[in-house]
Amino acid sequence: MASAKQVKQLDRVIIRFAGDSGDGMQLTGDRFTSESASFGNDLSTLPNFPAEIRAPQGTLHGVSSFQVHFADHDILTPGDAPDVLVAMNPAALRANLGDLPKGATVIVDTHDFTARNLTKAGYTDNPLDGDDLAEYAVHTVDLTGMTVAAVKEFGLSRKDAARAKNMFALGLVSWMYGRPTEGTEEFLAKRFAKVPDIRDANITAFRTGWNFGETTEAFVVSYEVKPAPMAPGTYRNITGNLALAYGLVAAGVQSGLPVFLGSYPITPASDVLHELSKHKDLGVTTYQAEDEIAGVGAALGASFAGQLGVTTTSGPGLALKSETIGLAVMTELPLLVIDVQRGGPSTGLPTKTEQADLLQAMYGRNGESPVPVVAPQSPGDCFDAAIEAARIAITYRTPVLLLSDGMIANGSEPWRVPEVDDLPVIDPAFATGPNEGDAFMPYLRDAETLARPWAIPGTAGLEHRIGGLEKGDGHGNISYDPANHDFMVRTRQAKVDRVADSLPPLEVDDPTGQARVLVVGWGSTYGPIGAACRRVRRAGGHVAQVHLRHLNPFPKDLGEILGRYDRVLVPEMNLGQLSTLLRAKYLVDAIGYNHVRGLPLKAAELAEAIGELVSSVDGVELDLSGVGHVTRDHETSSKESATR
Amino acid sequence: MSTTDLGFPTRTGTDGVPALDADAPKQTGKEFTSDQEVRWCPGCGDYAVLKAVQSFLPDLGLRRENIAFVSGIGCSSRFPYYLDTYGMHSIHGRAPAIATGLATAREDLSVWVVTGDGDALSIGGNHLIHALRRNVNMTILLFNNRIYGLTKGQYSPTSEAGKVTKSTPMGSVDHPFNPISLALGAEGTFVARTIDSDRKHLTAVLSAAAAHRGTSLVEIYQNCPIFNDGAFDAIKDRDTKDEAIIPLVHGEAIRFGTPGEDGLGPKGLVRSASGGVEVVEVSDVDASDLLVHDAHADDPTTAFAISRLTDAGYLHRAPIGIFRSVERPTYDDQARAQVTLAQGERTGGRDERLSALIGGGDTWTVV
Repeated sequence: MASAKQVKQLDRVIIRFAGDSGDGMQLTGDRFTSESASFGNDLSTLPNFPAEIRAPQGTLHGVSSFQVHFADHDILTPGDAPDVLVAMNPAALRANLGDLPKGATVIVDTHDFTARNLTKAGYTDNPLDGDDLAEYAVHTVDLTGMTVAAVKEFGLSRKDAARAKNMFALGLVSWMYGRPTEGTEEFLAKRFAKVPDIRDANITAFRTGWNFGETTEAFVVSYEVKPAPMAPGTYRNITGNLALAYGLVAAGVQSGLPVFLGSYPITPASDVLHELSKHKDLGVTTYQAEDEIAGVGAALGASFAGQLGVTTTSGPGLALKSETIGLAVMTELPLLVIDVQRGGPSTGLPTKTEQADLLQAMYGRNGESPVPVVAPQSPGDCFDAAIEAARIAITYRTPVLLLSDGMIANGSEPWRVPEVDDLPVIDPAFATGPNEGDAFMPYLRDAETLARPWAIPGTAGLEHRIGGLEKGDGHGNISYDPANHDFMVRTRQAKVDRVADSLPPLEVDDPTGQARVLVVGWGSTYGPIGAACRRVRRAGGHVAQVHLRHLNPFPKDLGEILGRYDRVLVPEMNLGQLSTLLRAKYLVDAIGYNHVRGLPLKAAELAEAIGELVSSVDGVELDLSGVGHVTRDHETSSKESATR
Repeated sequence: MSTTDLGFPTRTGTDGVPALDADAPKQTGKEFTSDQEVRWCPGCGDYAVLKAVQSFLPDLGLRRENIAFVSGIGCSSRFPYYLDTYGMHSIHGRAPAIATGLATAREDLSVWVVTGDGDALSIGGNHLIHALRRNVNMTILLFNNRIYGLTKGQYSPTSEAGKVTKSTPMGSVDHPFNPISLALGAEGTFVARTIDSDRKHLTAVLSAAAAHRGTSLVEIYQNCPIFNDGAFDAIKDRDTKDEAIIPLVHGEAIRFGTPGEDGLGPKGLVRSASGGVEVVEVSDVDASDLLVHDAHADDPTTAFAISRLTDAGYLHRAPIGIFRSVERPTYDDQARAQVTLAQGERTGGRDERLSALIGGGDTWTVV
């Protein structure tokens, strides 16, 4: 389907599909993403949807959107402001218009711009008629009407026919950006294989949308965003939750342990449960428990049995699991606790992202209850983070908290599929016999790791009892001795601290080596921080970036690195949790940059903040206007320093 | 959504758990006794249950290392420390959840839960009912002393209304749970009640519970001599117990009361007009109307009706024995069967399949 129209080259585009929660915007965005991935663009996505499954139709709080940023170069974020908005109804237009820069393209389905729907969206006048949209390139199209007409031959009800409008929109936008279409047609054929009418209607709507773009005079230009250069390998597009589930499966394979997931459904973590339940053939058992407590309890029971016990949850669920995590600290059994963070406190913002559970992960238990904490920095990185969490849990016989978040969980990016042979091997090293003469001492420790033996039921001669009461050093029987308690508290802390011995040195991204400002981050802020640092560098500023995978214990060289810089900035989607930890441990005057809007940090805004700091420290003026788009020569250097 | 009938054959509770070699010497209670000093109060009913369990476990003929006891928090939950098996003294109320993971992960383990009325019915009520409905293969020993002992004497969810305790100086206004009714309501497949001081009956019930595949709930009336002494005197006292205990024996007419010359009690049960059961003088009814206990009835209605004959207030009368023992596929067997089924369809090693999994979906290659 080659176009005869003018084709313009772009280095990157941000598109946001927005509609009612029932309009299929997530699917539309997903498909566009897959098309772009298979085309070879680098990309990053941001799904954004309400907690209600079907909020009242046509209202502002029922709007669901999917933003995809794709480029001919390495990108780090889903983008701050859309270049193109596809709005399927008045509410979608009103809810998203504020995010658009001047000159952005707006494609509007005019079909729902009726008096009733305008009122529902809070419009007194039709915005399509006045000057409200004068600053944008607006295309008004009756997407619904054309869809219904196009699929007439399949004899669907009007309602069912109209539901294919998202595929019409996808077809149109796919034409605009020269996306390959085969994948979507195959997808639709498979998805609706059992309902041929619906299948054919969707495929027809998709093709009609494409053809409309090509033939109508309303669209005179299409755009091309070339594939991005990437390191050789096999790639796929992957969301964080999927990568996390794969990482857990891989951790089971690489440790030779069956994986046992005890979980209770909670947004945005449930997808991990769904995914793992499909992989029983790889030795995964999933248990949907009666509550969060039972989920982690069963996982700990499975760990006691000698499996890799895992529980998945989000913030409120983590609160419920804290007592069992304390038991795992005391019994010193491996346990993976996955917290896909969302906006809080309490029920908070279930479908939005936040990083405000760090201190809960660190300290949210009674007593001195140290737990290693790791965090992935991007969707694909969840795979490696899961394996790393399992390595620490199994090697050190400890619960480990993995902090993902809503942005990473639902967002996606191209992921280079690793070779299984290259993955780390984890040795569970079960106890097989006595360790003190003829006796078995369940709390006798490995000199290097301070880990105790993992002696699983069924091993003759190693019968022993563990539990939540304080253990006597070595023998592990109940002990109320004051000196023993002091010793054991310190030993459990020392064991967690020893994890730092196994960590590689931090990688500091400081391309010029002249930076006096260091930006420290953790988790999903990796993308926005990286993008913001690139902007500052493009404007001629010097700035260094370091990103922490390990939040507890911190890597051993972190203190020295912090000391090398005059100013330390810590951007977080909370009120300053990592900066509190850094201040406490290193007495560093960490400066917070904090937003808790339920959305990822915006690279442009963060770049301003970094730029101001760099300006004041280096005594230079930085002009950050016009650094949003790349120039080739700058891009090469930052690409090399970026890691996925 | 669809359901699949997995059609499991009947198995006993310890099938799949390695037994001792045929020529191995018989185990003794002493081998099951750990080196830890028992720290219950003098006169506590827990001692009798511990002794009974220690002497009963060798009868199972299982390898000691394949037995695991999990407990919650409370006096009775110290139980695992005194047995030389694998054990976990966990957290308040959560033992059934932890044991569910353990039992599901390992078919080769005989899993036991020790809990109390506060642990199982108050803080852990949720896990108890869900273990029962799932029918996870484990035996739950619920020590019911109708009081909180370890926290020194507050009323429990089985304490009678009006009970004056440290936390209820004017009398408790809580309506109590009947653990047997609760377990039957949760569709427990094996539900029984026994008494700490009746070693013979206790052992017989433990034996049946261990043989049952699925969740066996055994309520053990257990005296707390410190905070609720005498709570079960009516069923323990030689002079009153014949009137107080309604013995349940499968296949036999339910009779109780001071035995007459025929050795049988003068009282029996019949179905009542309201659909429940009621106590009658045997001489007043036709012998064929007397209720014959059927523990294997699939419908739990009659067992539930019998459980209601337990006094909710101070205990003067209680049915004792196995209320219900029926077959139903267990959660853990079915969960493992799905894993086995999925693994049966696979080709290649775990590494290869992992590689296929992560490299699946829509991929593209950059050269």
